[in-house]
Amino acid sequence: MSATTAPRQVAEQAIPRQVRTANARSRETLIGAAMASPAVILLVVFFLVPVALAFGLAFTNARLISPRPPRFVGADNFIRLFGDSFFWASLRNTAYFAVVVVPVQAGLALVLALLANAKVRGTNFFRTVYFAPVVTSMVVISLLWRFIYQPDGLLNQIISAVTFGHSHGTDWLNNPTTAMPAIMFMSVWQAVGFHMIIWLAGLQTIPRDLYEAASLDGASAWKTFTHVTWPSLRATRTFILITITIGALSLFTQINVMTQGGPLDRTTTVVFMAVRAGYEQQSTGYAAAVSLVFFVLVLTVSGVQRFLTREKA
Amino acid sequence: MKRVLPLQLGRSVLVIFFAFPIVFMLISSFKPDAQIFADLTSLKAILPVGDISLDNYRGVFHRVPAERLLLNSVGISLVTVALGILINSMAAFALSRMRWRGRRVVLAAIIATLIVPFETFALPLVWWVNKLPWLEVHGFHLTLTSGWLDTYHVQILPFVANAFSIYLFFQYFSSIPVELDEAARMDGAGWFGIYRRVVMPLSGPAIATVAILTFLPAWNSYLWPLMVVQSEDLRPVMVGIQYFFQLNVSWGQIMAYASMITVPVLVLFVAFQRAFIGSIASAGVKG
Repeated sequence: MSATTAPRQVAEQAIPRQVRTANARSRETLIGAAMASPAVILLVVFFLVPVALAFGLAFTNARLISPRPPRFVGADNFIRLFGDSFFWASLRNTAYFAVVVVPVQAGLALVLALLANAKVRGTNFFRTVYFAPVVTSMVVISLLWRFIYQPDGLLNQIISAVTFGHSHGTDWLNNPTTAMPAIMFMSVWQAVGFHMIIWLAGLQTIPRDLYEAASLDGASAWKTFTHVTWPSLRATRTFILITITIGALSLFTQINVMTQGGPLDRTTTVVFMAVRAGYEQQSTGYAAAVSLVFFVLVLTVSGVQRFLTREKA
Repeated sequence: MKRVLPLQLGRSVLVIFFAFPIVFMLISSFKPDAQIFADLTSLKAILPVGDISLDNYRGVFHRVPAERLLLNSVGISLVTVALGILINSMAAFALSRMRWRGRRVVLAAIIATLIVPFETFALPLVWWVNKLPWLEVHGFHLTLTSGWLDTYHVQILPFVANAFSIYLFFQYFSSIPVELDEAARMDGAGWFGIYRRVVMPLSGPAIATVAILTFLPAWNSYLWPLMVVQSEDLRPVMVGIQYFFQLNVSWGQIMAYASMITVPVLVLFVAFQRAFIGSIASAGVKG
């Protein structure tokens, strides 16, 4: 910002007539606002209005297709929501998914990044391979793993091969105890490459001479990591923590393609519930209430994370 | 040397773990169902051996309107990317290189939108687009229609303006020396001329980054079209997957369809690997 203001001030002082400057100023304001307006208008229409609507509609009985205008119903939607066992199951599953996936995915991504950062041959190739699932659509990935998790699918065939037929695995996605862990495992597999790249970008900003100083002091690999690498990754750490958490809380596609919330509501999630209420049952008001709860959840969790990882002066 | 060997070994195991499902998908798309299952127990699962043919691909085209689905997705993605580059870069230009009242407020508001995930307002958005008007052109007649459900534009316009793209362009534009603007103004260029002839031609890397970060979610989108598109004619590729679970499931055909909608992205990814990974990394460094 400071680099751009200095030359401009010089240029303005060179023009003696105040009127021309004022004219150019108002012209600049007009053109500037005009150039920004397409994006600003689109953001207002497709972001600001729907966010405001989430707050408004949650207190109405709005339906997606209805001849009558929405009517104010007070806290009815929330009362119904908090008495709905399906909602509590969704909330519990969402929390379960986030609590497991966030640390596992962030940790595994860091290990991969450290491996990829080491000076050995083929780093580019490895990076490409880890990253391939990231660019592949979650729909395709879910479909593929549905096959892997089938009773007669790949995973069970491998299990019975390595145990010489003693164990045959299970119907992973239809077994209430294994369904969610199976989805977690696949989700980590898909997204870990993304966060590896971000760790890697963070690692590459650490100055070389810090490592040289550490090796002169005879620091071990572990000491170097805890005293040089880890403290230098503060900003990267915060970013990764928050993006994985928000991603985990928004769990939907895997559920929709793989289990539809089953078995026994063990894999239903908050977003899945909102979509079902709003799109399949057409009750927008109720869906908006779920969305609002989700909104508060996301803001609270990322706010708490930001507070815990803040720069301590 | 001693320490390098286990490292290489570990990485090879990881490569197999990450590449295996996708390679398996591609290979299986050429095999009949019976052989996919027969090959599961051996290394043949990831080798193109046995009864190899394009039958599954032919089957896909018989079973679903695959040409139409692909064409829809190509069109929707390209238009979203093109409009996104234009509109977001113009906004970033006005915010980073021009001095006008209220720009700081606008910039702060745009950055603030970054923390809200799409899922939190997707359903109110469905209700809202169902109320929006649209002008339709029939020859010389203009008709005002109401409701955007079941159209192409409902799949494009909500995703054109993007706070993150504006932010990336803003960062990049701020690094271009402002003296270039002054020089162009001496030559008689106006603000739009500076944008089009000076700043944009210098912003190749930023444009590539935004193009990639817009294209991927557009091509992979699933939740949104699932909710707002009913007609078969307007559906994008990811929603097309639902066709395969309606009747008897043929895994060979599913693998063929999944390959068809994945390979174009994988080819783009391998060709522009550095730009892809760089764009993701630049997304993360902002901290």
